[in-house]
Amino acid sequence: MATPEEQLILHRQLQAKSSGVLLDRIFKGSAFSFAALVLIVLFGIMLMLFKEAWPTFAHFGFGFFASAEWDAVNNKYGAIIPIIGTLVTSLIAVVIGVPVSFGIAIFITLMAPNWMKRPVGIAIELLAAVPSIIYGMWGLFYFAPWFANSVQPIMTDTLGELPVLGQFFQGPPIGVSIFTAGVVLAIMIIPFIASVMRDMFEIVPTTLKESAYAMGSTTWEVVWKVILPYTKAGVVGGIILGLGRAMGETMAVAFVVGNSLELNTGLFYPGATIASTMANEFNEASGLHMSSLIALGLILFIITFLVLSIAKWFLMILERAHQGTST
Amino acid sequence: MTKYQVRKIVNFINLSASILVTLFGLVMLAWILSVLFGKGFQYINWAVFTQMTPPPGANGGLLNAIVGTLGLTVLAVLIGTPIGVMAGTYLAEFGMKGTFSNVVRFINDVLLSAPSIVVGVFVYTLVVEPSGHFSGWAGAIALSILVIPVVVRTTEDMLKLVPTPMREAAAALGAPRYKVTISIVYKAALSGMITGVLLATARIMGETAPLLFTALNNQFWSVDMNQPMANMPVVIYQYALSPYEDWQNLAWAAALLITISVLLMNILARYTLKSPTSR
Repeated sequence: MATPEEQLILHRQLQAKSSGVLLDRIFKGSAFSFAALVLIVLFGIMLMLFKEAWPTFAHFGFGFFASAEWDAVNNKYGAIIPIIGTLVTSLIAVVIGVPVSFGIAIFITLMAPNWMKRPVGIAIELLAAVPSIIYGMWGLFYFAPWFANSVQPIMTDTLGELPVLGQFFQGPPIGVSIFTAGVVLAIMIIPFIASVMRDMFEIVPTTLKESAYAMGSTTWEVVWKVILPYTKAGVVGGIILGLGRAMGETMAVAFVVGNSLELNTGLFYPGATIASTMANEFNEASGLHMSSLIALGLILFIITFLVLSIAKWFLMILERAHQGTST
Repeated sequence: MTKYQVRKIVNFINLSASILVTLFGLVMLAWILSVLFGKGFQYINWAVFTQMTPPPGANGGLLNAIVGTLGLTVLAVLIGTPIGVMAGTYLAEFGMKGTFSNVVRFINDVLLSAPSIVVGVFVYTLVVEPSGHFSGWAGAIALSILVIPVVVRTTEDMLKLVPTPMREAAAALGAPRYKVTISIVYKAALSGMITGVLLATARIMGETAPLLFTALNNQFWSVDMNQPMANMPVVIYQYALSPYEDWQNLAWAAALLITISVLLMNILARYTLKSPTSR
């Protein structure tokens, strides 16, 4: 039988332990509920946007997705022009951004001398840190006029003469256009894609590269035939991630796209994207107009959700493949 | 020409192209920064920091916008950080492999890249519309939703870098789980977690789109969180697109200030980052 002193000590120990258990439960429980909050936010966004967009869907039905009419005076709204604008500007951004990012990633991982790698990498990453509204101002006041005066006429005179393709390179030389927006977006997504590609290229085992060099490959052949196949899924994932960013970008596009809701085949005409339309028209919107803008937001969210899911899926494939080879 | 020569030429062309596109990226950065400094620096003066945003044609500064941006940013970080840290803790310490954790991770990544304007509209429908007016609170909530995924991600990554034997050693001494996490794991991962918060701060400082739908703008001095609140990004947006030259000049000054702050935050984040195992 334990002495009273010993019993007291035992009792205290048990007490300490049980309060620890209780606090443990509270800690774990709150950690869990905040993790759940992340899910709730996403579903909240979906739910609230759908609820607010419902009047528009109820009023126009599927016509909302098919109509090219956006007329606030007569309260008629159709989403097709901003949707096309979003897709086309992001596509231009990816077409320009991917080769440039690829080159930058090659330069940093394979070509740059060691003292140069870090500063160049940091400089490119700073490009990602510049707020999007700054791109907008620079794009509107400096890039667009320069582009309209120096590049666009040359493109219209050469590419614009091509059969079929020529119609895409037409438009007034005012600088603000779908194409300008695409180029500015390209510059904005380059740092993201380049950094994903660089990370991917760095995980390629050195022995693999060395054996290719030992076989007499040129650096380009190592890139094209060894590194790229090895990192394919991750590179595709990174590109799609960049595409997702380009689609949701708002401020830079709102400055340089021209905000015109008319359909033109020429890429040098002013246009609009989903995000730019929302930012631009929100101030004077109410009722059905507001509901239509929120419906646009819902469409944008769903599109980027799908795009990001695909990107994640590709990145997961790469991860699995590497787990497979390492075990 | 032999096949060998062709291969060498292809190699040369493609590698030269890599150098050229890298130069292109650097030139763009230099162009943007030089425009910012060239245009913005000359309009930064004492009045910018001491006077309110003016009506067109009058003298004025950015005082209310600077204070508003600082207030909104600090508040958003204060709301978002604990939520993000706790959610990240759950992912790293409690539910490493479960389906729930995987879903949260995926959703968190979606939120990380979600268009910020959609977050703005969400808070508009959640806070602004029911209350009937734009407010600083709504702005702070919208920004905090952008803070959370960044903090969740970095917290989880940093906690995972803390070696398990450290946790086991603490647990073997009889420390309960919460104590192990707070006094041992957090301490080891602190610099990385601070990096995450700094990156999140840098991200929201220049955000404009969500504020258009929430805090909007205020021409006057106001620290009332229930009222529309002046902030630099929206001031830049409205003033830059206005036809008045003095407004545009103020927009350039604001653009320079905000970019310098964001870049400093990023550089600071880079320097605070230390591996949790290096201590």
